[in-house]
Amino acid sequence: MYWIPLLTFLGTLVPLLTRNWSRTACASATAVLPAVSLILVLINAPTVFSGTTLVESYTWVEQLGLEIAFRLDSYALLFTLLILGIGLLIILYARYYLSANDNMGRFYSYLILFMTAMLGIVLSENLLQLWAFWELTSISSFLLISFWSDKSDARKGARMALTVTGMGGLALLAGILLLGDTLGTYNLTEILARGDEIRESARYPFILVLILIGAFTKSAQFPFHFWLPHAMAAPTPVSAYLHSATMVKAGIFLVGRLYPALSGTELWFFLVTFTGMATLLVGAYIALFKHDLKGLLAFSTISHLGLIMLLFGLNSDLAAVAAVFHIINHATFKASLFMAAGIVDHETGSRDMRKLSGLWRYMPHTATLAIVAALAMAGVPLLNGFLSKEMFFNETVQQSALGALSWVLPVLATVGATFSVAYSARFIHDVFFGGEPTHLPRTPHEPPRYMKVPVEILVAVCILVGIAPAFIVGDLLNSASSAVLQGPLPEYSLSLWHGFNIPLVMSITALIVGLIIYNIRRRLFAFQAQFVDRDAKLEFERLVQICVEAAGKLYTRIETNKLQNYVLTLFVFTLAVTALPLMEIAETAGKRPQLPPDLIGFGAITILSLASIMALVWHRKRVIALIAVSVVGLIVSLMFARFSAPDLALTQLSVEVVTIILLMLALFFLPQQTPKESSPGVVFRDLGVAVGIGGVMATLAYAMMTRDLETISTYFTANSKTGGGGTNIVNVILVDFRGFDTLGEITVLGIAGLGIYKLVRRMKLYMPTTDSGGRAWTTDSHPVMLAMVSQALLPLALLVSAYIFLRGHNLPGGGFIAGLITAIALIQQYIANGVLFMKGRLRLDYQYLIGFGLLIAVATGLGSWLFGRPFLTSWFDYVYWPIVGKFEVASAMMFDLGVYLTVVGATLLILSNLGKLSTTERSTEGENF
Amino acid sequence: MEMLVALAIGILTATGTFLTLRGRTFPVVLGLTLLAYACNLFIFSSGRLVVDGAAVLNQDLPIPDPLPQALVLTAIVIGFAMTAFAVILSMRARADLGNDHVDGTEKRDDQNGEQR
Repeated sequence: MYWIPLLTFLGTLVPLLTRNWSRTACASATAVLPAVSLILVLINAPTVFSGTTLVESYTWVEQLGLEIAFRLDSYALLFTLLILGIGLLIILYARYYLSANDNMGRFYSYLILFMTAMLGIVLSENLLQLWAFWELTSISSFLLISFWSDKSDARKGARMALTVTGMGGLALLAGILLLGDTLGTYNLTEILARGDEIRESARYPFILVLILIGAFTKSAQFPFHFWLPHAMAAPTPVSAYLHSATMVKAGIFLVGRLYPALSGTELWFFLVTFTGMATLLVGAYIALFKHDLKGLLAFSTISHLGLIMLLFGLNSDLAAVAAVFHIINHATFKASLFMAAGIVDHETGSRDMRKLSGLWRYMPHTATLAIVAALAMAGVPLLNGFLSKEMFFNETVQQSALGALSWVLPVLATVGATFSVAYSARFIHDVFFGGEPTHLPRTPHEPPRYMKVPVEILVAVCILVGIAPAFIVGDLLNSASSAVLQGPLPEYSLSLWHGFNIPLVMSITALIVGLIIYNIRRRLFAFQAQFVDRDAKLEFERLVQICVEAAGKLYTRIETNKLQNYVLTLFVFTLAVTALPLMEIAETAGKRPQLPPDLIGFGAITILSLASIMALVWHRKRVIALIAVSVVGLIVSLMFARFSAPDLALTQLSVEVVTIILLMLALFFLPQQTPKESSPGVVFRDLGVAVGIGGVMATLAYAMMTRDLETISTYFTANSKTGGGGTNIVNVILVDFRGFDTLGEITVLGIAGLGIYKLVRRMKLYMPTTDSGGRAWTTDSHPVMLAMVSQALLPLALLVSAYIFLRGHNLPGGGFIAGLITAIALIQQYIANGVLFMKGRLRLDYQYLIGFGLLIAVATGLGSWLFGRPFLTSWFDYVYWPIVGKFEVASAMMFDLGVYLTVVGATLLILSNLGKLSTTERSTEGENF
Repeated sequence: MEMLVALAIGILTATGTFLTLRGRTFPVVLGLTLLAYACNLFIFSSGRLVVDGAAVLNQDLPIPDPLPQALVLTAIVIGFAMTAFAVILSMRARADLGNDHVDGTEKRDDQNGEQR
């Protein structure tokens, strides 16, 4: 069953692939997959009609209630028939409607995408999934309405439709989430079975209103109806498909789908019935005054949608049956009317009823079809519209929820029907009769043969249903209605003649008065002309403008382009969220026994504090501040050493060296002094924030350190030797237990190195010839003593780094530290001997070193796949080397080698490139990087 | 001793914060460096302070929590990469924009980047 939407989904690609074929070939190819879908539906139909609900589901994220689930019951089946059946007719129709200039492939692709989305809605078993398809219909209908994107009308209409239905979609999502949260499930079957629970919930009003807003916006219910007439800027096949049979029915579908879950309350009755009634009347009234053929049909659609909505609102089972019946009938006659209007437009070049007249003589065939469909719309006997309208009248007469005022509903229903007759009469008479047409751009004639076929088929359905309802749609209606109700069907009879009763009187009244109204239409037009015609598009645009302006103002307030403001906001916010929870802790100091303070510690902290305060006070003299920071770094590494973290101390120490060298180099190019810019007020403010955050952090750290620790490291400690083969737990964590993290980290390191490389390559920086005091730089070549000592030291340093690397698994050390030591040893050569000297001797491309390191690390990880283990599973064993003795070989060592190479590569890439800038070796301007 | 370490973290955070709020790139880089020290010390101290602990296994000594240490070790290296990137970005900004203000313009009221 999931093949039904899947096939059409694949079908969206077909028109794109075949767009260069002939137009007929493209249209035929497009129709294949939807046709197969339709056949699939029909194959399943007997099973479904027997009352079975087919469900296919695949669990996705169970905890979130997410699943891919499809459900085919009779109600869904009815809609799939409409969607696929009318969709196929539209494909045929559009083949002749679109001109040679239109991009047919794109049009069909959008159309089939929309078809998929609609199928997704009606077949969804999960409400969240339904919502996703719901949004997809909004988006694909946006694309369809704006298909002629060179027209301003089309763009604006599409945007309005998207905004209104999109906002409704958000409301619907909120409603669905509330509903799902209340019941703990998004599964439709379960939700439908637990309607009482929903109605009793305190959240019921919110759920109902939110979901109804979604349905009302989609189905163009008053007061959200204004988008639909403007969506008529779409090509007519789109209007015929989306705005008669499918998309606007999505809201109706949802109301019917959730009928067992949400209906049956007074709130439901008032909201749905009165919205439907208002829509019915407003739509029917305005339709009469529309001179545009499609405008008339659009408002008539609004009116009929209101009618269906009203029926669902009556809380009566029979009314729901009538609603389902009218869904079928409206889809058939309205789609054929839209197509007929499209033919008229196509063959005469105009849709204005003030210009059109007397077309009967030019296109009798089309005219007959359109007249029959319009009569069905008016509710004339022997046509399908009459039957559902009679049922509707009957329901309004039967209901008694308004007590003594219950007569209001049938009266208003008759008024609506009267106008419906009037505009149908206008559609027929103004277009096809009433003298010769004048001022038409083209001489009208019959359309191509096959353009009429879809209309013929639909009109045939109208007549057949109208004459023999029980025979043609009886089964479909019965089973679809029972699927809506999720219960037994009420007694009703589908026949033409129910005797001379009140509904018949209402129908006859509507017919007669409707024709009278049509006859006096000119007076009504004159009356209506007194009102200022408010263009919904302009109103909407103005609203959009107001929103855009407000957003713009807010944006300029927030987005000041001042980094300091952003950082300050960040800090203040951090302060707020960290300080508040601290207030809830009763005592700062915990019960954990503290280490006794000793003199060394006291001294070290004093130096650290003094140095950092020095960096703050003298931050405008940059060299001094930098030296102060380096002192801080040194103390920090001593602290690591003191508190039993030799690996950290080694790392910090070597990083400290490279950082300071780097910053010294940078300072060569940057101003040596910082100008005094901040006003005393700003300094005071910043100091306040800084002291606040510092205080909070110190308190937090103190509170944390004085409380007992429940470590999660016991696993690592226990398995380090046995599982990872190393006694240095920190290193084993890095290269084995959490190797994947390390892989990510060296990747970041490599990326940072490459980013810096790119930044440096095209940098055109002025090289200062003097220092800030105006003194020229020394011209001394590289000091001989330093050069000689460094060269002698290099092999030694490399040996140390190799030793540190090899012992890393069992003693403090490892790839990170060894890499940094190697890098420092090489940088020392740069410093002592100059870039030129090194360039001649060290032919290494550091980018490749990084890449090679990462490659080794990844390859080590992948290697474990060869042995059927997960990524980065490590392996180790012991071998006996002569002389050395027992030696451990571990795959983690290879990984560590990757780390080592990446660290060396990144560090040297950064420093050597920066160093080059300060020499004549700097890259020239024209370089292609 | 815990109080001293907490004090150090606090002072480093405060000075780092203040420098990060300055308007020129170099002090901001220094500020970020100081903040990085503070963060590393803070994460490290979440394993609690252990004096004379075992550096590796098989030593009859209390074992300090290895997890924060492993976290901090990579954080130090990444911190270096970040500092390097920030300082070189600020050099590049000075090269392209002609000043070392964090906003890229020396004064806000300039007539559209006279500095360039």
